[in-house]
Amino acid sequence: MAGNQNTASVKTGVRALPFKERAAYTWKEIKRNRASYVLLAPFMILFVLFTVVPVAMAIGLSFTYYNIIEPARFIGWDNYMRLFLDDSVFLISLRNTMVFAVVTGPLSYLACLLFAWFINELRPKIRAIATLFFYAPSISGNVFFIWTYIFSADSNGLLNGLLLKLGLVKTPVLWLMNPEWTLGIVMVVQLWMSLGTSFLSFIAGLQGVDRTLYESGALDGIKNRWQELWHITLPSMKGQLMFGAVMQITAAFSVADVSSALVGNPSPLYSAHTIVLHMMDYGTVRYEMGYACSIAVILFALTLASNFAVRKLIKPGD
Amino acid sequence: MSSRRVGLKSTRSIGGNILITICLTLVACFMVLPLVYTVNLAFKPINELLKFPPTFFVRHPTTQNFKDLFAALGNSFIPLSRYLFNSIFISAVGTFGHVILASMAAYPLAKNKFPGKNFMFQTVVISLMFSGFVVNIPRFLLMDSLGWLDTYYAVIVPMMVSTLGLYLMKQFMEQINDAILEAARIDGASEFRIFWRIVMPNVKPAWLTLTLFAFQASWNDSGSVSLYIRQEAMKTFPLALSYVQAGGLARMGASAAVGFILMIPPITIFILTQSNVVETMKSSGMKD
Repeated sequence: MAGNQNTASVKTGVRALPFKERAAYTWKEIKRNRASYVLLAPFMILFVLFTVVPVAMAIGLSFTYYNIIEPARFIGWDNYMRLFLDDSVFLISLRNTMVFAVVTGPLSYLACLLFAWFINELRPKIRAIATLFFYAPSISGNVFFIWTYIFSADSNGLLNGLLLKLGLVKTPVLWLMNPEWTLGIVMVVQLWMSLGTSFLSFIAGLQGVDRTLYESGALDGIKNRWQELWHITLPSMKGQLMFGAVMQITAAFSVADVSSALVGNPSPLYSAHTIVLHMMDYGTVRYEMGYACSIAVILFALTLASNFAVRKLIKPGD
Repeated sequence: MSSRRVGLKSTRSIGGNILITICLTLVACFMVLPLVYTVNLAFKPINELLKFPPTFFVRHPTTQNFKDLFAALGNSFIPLSRYLFNSIFISAVGTFGHVILASMAAYPLAKNKFPGKNFMFQTVVISLMFSGFVVNIPRFLLMDSLGWLDTYYAVIVPMMVSTLGLYLMKQFMEQINDAILEAARIDGASEFRIFWRIVMPNVKPAWLTLTLFAFQASWNDSGSVSLYIRQEAMKTFPLALSYVQAGGLARMGASAAVGFILMIPPITIFILTQSNVVETMKSSGMKD
């Protein structure tokens, strides 16, 4: 904290100087910290090249028609107009993505928090095992394909087998082919995989809460665990809550692989089509790079806007 | 811990404890059963795989599916071991490179003051706030113009500069005591020496965490390989899964065997690093 104030005062001190002296001071600082820049250089150069430049390229190309073979041709806002006025599949993918963002995102966030909190009450050994159980699906990656065998409509479908045996259905349900079910199933599997980095961050945050706060809270009249959570625990881990929100929002907007692996790409009647799948379709199958980039820009703007909105909502540090 | 238990007694109702235990157990089953099912399928003999109605647990475990798996792809022009080798190579190089590059960059961001520092870190934080898919298409064009398509550079290099790792490492390094670094500077140690000899040994939990995350991401990656690599012999293990699955029901056991091989390494690494990972995540909070 003291260090931060120090920099702040140095900064205002420098700002008061005329430009020439300020530039000279900055240059001196840069030279003094040569080693820092050298250490940063490999990561930062590659990061700029493979993340910052592509974002700029996406924005630039989104205003062009570009098919790789011919040079890009500037067409103004045409791609965006086409997206919203002329591409009904995009609108479906946008709607589905928003459903993920509004339902799966918050649900997964609450699940991370709730289960981290429940697990935190367990004894250390059991806690470690429970953490592993909840976290394992998110690091098992492509193993989510196992859900195709669970929901499969043929004789090997585990769920249908169970339902038939219990007499709940008479004929197998076409889980992965019926547009009424597909989106819901992708959401279930997405939730299954969503107790990842945020979940670990919450577990760590809960363990890091100052124990004495709980004792003084009990003296101050905290009656049950819910009050304790609301008045003591959550305010002490706002930083983790913020970090978790960023992770879950970003993930909720990135649904693609699970949808295409489980219900196909395109899914029945585009019922589980997402923005990312639509973008990859135009970018890697149809080679309409400009159009694909305009979809990427929409995704970029949507995710950033959601993150900043939620950031305002949680407002850490007060 | 014991003092906490005493403090807890008054705020924890028995009814609540029971409710939470039931809820935890149910959801734990939902989380773990699909993975258990994968393991069971992988070891089922063919007659159990095709049984109707399907059974959950294996009765007479066999390694036949694994043999079939290697045999099935052994007849095609690329053997399965090749996919496996590619995956191991990409994950190993990508993870190692990421840990080194991210740690190098995190140290000055955490501990030194220099012009441009805040701007750089803010850019890194913003990059966490949008989906990685945003850059897919332009990155493809970039790789094309660099001549990196069909090379492992296209897959490995972007992996090495994943910003989540840099973010976590920087947050963790902030806890290092400035006095130690200052003492080393007075003794005339260079920044590189301080980084390698003092900082790195002190952030072992963080680099184990970065190892877990980077390995997990690269081991499971199928998106960037299928985007940048067209040569079959260079593709990775997760992509072999789709070929095996394309064989339909007869390959169900072999697919589950692939799933089994896919999930074992990340889960093992997590078991080995769990306490370090939790330690690292304590500093993962976003402050501003």
